[in-house]
Amino acid sequence: MLKTFPKGGVHPSENKITAGTAIEVLPLPKQVIIPLSQHIGAPAKPVVAKGDKVKTGQVIASSQGFVSANIHSSVSGKVLKIDKAINSSGYKQVSVIINVEDDEWLDTIDRTGKLKTEIVLTGEEIVKKCAENGIVGMGGATFPTHIKLTVPPGKKCDVLIINGVECEPYLTSDHRIMIEKGREMLTGTRILMKALGVSKGMIGIESNKPDAIAHLNSIASGFEGITVHPLKVKYPQGGEKQLIKALTNREVPSGKLPVDVGAVVHNVGTAYAVYEAVQLNKPLIERVVTVTGKDIEKPGNMLVRIGTPLRSVVDAAGGVPENTGKIVNGGPMMGKAINSLDVPVTKGTSGVILFSVDESKRKATNPCIRCGKCVSVCPLGLEPYLLMTLTEKEFYDRVEKEKVMDCIECGSCSYICPADRPLLDYIRLGKSETGKRIRERKQK
Amino acid sequence: MSSTVLITILSLSILGLIAALILYFVAQKFKVFEDPKINEVEVALPAANCGGCGFPGCRNFAEALVKAENFDGLYCPVGGADTMANVAQILGKTAPEVEPRVAVVRCNGTPEFRARTSIYEGAPNCTIVHNLYSGETNCAYGCLGLGECVDACEFDAMYMDKVTDLPVIIDDKCVACGACVRACPKDIIELRKKAKRDRQIHVACVNKDKGGPAVKACKVACIGCGKCEEVCNFEAITIENNLAFIDSDKCTLCRKCVVVCPTNAIHEINFPPRKPKVEIKPQNAEA
Repeated sequence: MLKTFPKGGVHPSENKITAGTAIEVLPLPKQVIIPLSQHIGAPAKPVVAKGDKVKTGQVIASSQGFVSANIHSSVSGKVLKIDKAINSSGYKQVSVIINVEDDEWLDTIDRTGKLKTEIVLTGEEIVKKCAENGIVGMGGATFPTHIKLTVPPGKKCDVLIINGVECEPYLTSDHRIMIEKGREMLTGTRILMKALGVSKGMIGIESNKPDAIAHLNSIASGFEGITVHPLKVKYPQGGEKQLIKALTNREVPSGKLPVDVGAVVHNVGTAYAVYEAVQLNKPLIERVVTVTGKDIEKPGNMLVRIGTPLRSVVDAAGGVPENTGKIVNGGPMMGKAINSLDVPVTKGTSGVILFSVDESKRKATNPCIRCGKCVSVCPLGLEPYLLMTLTEKEFYDRVEKEKVMDCIECGSCSYICPADRPLLDYIRLGKSETGKRIRERKQK
Repeated sequence: MSSTVLITILSLSILGLIAALILYFVAQKFKVFEDPKINEVEVALPAANCGGCGFPGCRNFAEALVKAENFDGLYCPVGGADTMANVAQILGKTAPEVEPRVAVVRCNGTPEFRARTSIYEGAPNCTIVHNLYSGETNCAYGCLGLGECVDACEFDAMYMDKVTDLPVIIDDKCVACGACVRACPKDIIELRKKAKRDRQIHVACVNKDKGGPAVKACKVACIGCGKCEEVCNFEAITIENNLAFIDSDKCTLCRKCVVVCPTNAIHEINFPPRKPKVEIKPQNAEA
């Protein structure tokens, strides 16, 4: 019997069209748009000016404040301007726009392509390297990695969990990294374990990726302390709290962090990025992006430089099919639809999905029939129908009491609702309003 | 037989007396003094409980009025000057004069001027759209057209125009309580001074983008060119973040700025029609 988290969850159709497609390197674009805020926390401050020549891997913006991350140039060329450009939500955001010339890398970056498994740096040096190289969580939340690697004083961490679940339908970028960069990823895991000072590393993979499980199992013996755990397929197993519960049977209490139960979770993509940062001194300047959709000509997994416009990525996959109704940045469950393909790939872009008009149509909302399906699928044990109604009526005190802040916005409730009610839409509103209230209270 | 009746009456009377005594002392002990004027003031207020004064309801506002030494910052926009004068009479104070205000929608992005670039099918709520993305058009500042302001209005002073997809304010009904201003996530609605005959001159745009992108997204956007600032003789117009703002306290409603605006972003409302320019020109030439 395979392990999984006990409460709630749904089974959307997997549609992993690109699971067998090898990672392909996308040719360099003519221009990149690198936003200064690609992570959770304070935007980075630009350290280059208009007209400056930059090399690939050079720092172009340095982190500001505690929760922030460095940003590096993903190409070599000339800084055209530092100006506002639209981001994936259509709002303008300060970005560095660089015209690409050649591909000249910094000399400090190891580009020999040799596998380096020996870890020479100490824990502290590893954390510093991650911070310098702008590593953030690649699963989508983009939380700066160096902060997650610093265990707060008084707390103890005894297990590192590597998230290879990739429970979102369609997406396969983590899957391909595990198969093609398995040894590098495992070395990255060892590096993370050393930084955290733990001897146990668990890799959780859903059983719909048997090739990745077999491959990692065959090479994991060479890496001390790392075990591979197949998991039952269920969405949202890739959620931090769900994965911890599934693998270690520890439950993260409401309002606490995983480190409070002695676990730290990192994504497969992050482990690979940490390997590159620590062993090869390579900053986070490219990532694997899944471009997929049922009608797209050449769906695939592409290694894309950060800042490449999504248009180039989609064009490389055969362009936008005629019947496209919606383009989603991220997975189909948690991703967001975008209204322009001029949006750049950022550190958190795990995929682009093109849905046809029929697939993307949202059905008309009907009244709640009190079936309670949303309650039974909520992995946090919340009551989505209640949270939605309370938010609609603006009873924010009660919304807070009903633990809206614990919602991970997985969208299982909206997915299962037979009346097609926009549950998550309202819960997100309730969450943001409650968050505002909590911040105001703290300031007082 | 008669003794039974007597005992019953007696025992009940004694019980009643004891209870009355207890109640009397308890009432003395826990007596709460309340200024009777609070009730009087509350009756004088409109009882709309709209929150336009900044207090949760009319009762809270009445308490604040009774407590306050003067009426600075305390004003009931619904009742207006009459109500405040009444309240002042009850409390034996003088009511300061506050200029009446009216809500104004600062967006003219009708479908004709502002093309739709995406279709939103989610929950019909402006704040949800605002948190999610920039909206159905390329203007990230303009009206989202889902009418959260209309829902917030307690006085039926607003409605959504189905052709323009923009809210319309009925000046006569608007009491300037500010509920729509607070409801709008894009900060489009502003409370402005109410002039004679409800005349109004305002910049009907809140787009802070530079001229090029702004006019690309919406043909009637303010491009921050500064022509209105130049032509204004009263220093009522300031330009900040590529957006003109007319200070309604300084504006004399001369309408010079309306003519010079290259994108027709400045609106004049409730003015008599202008005399056609063609007639004026020959006169000037002759003179």
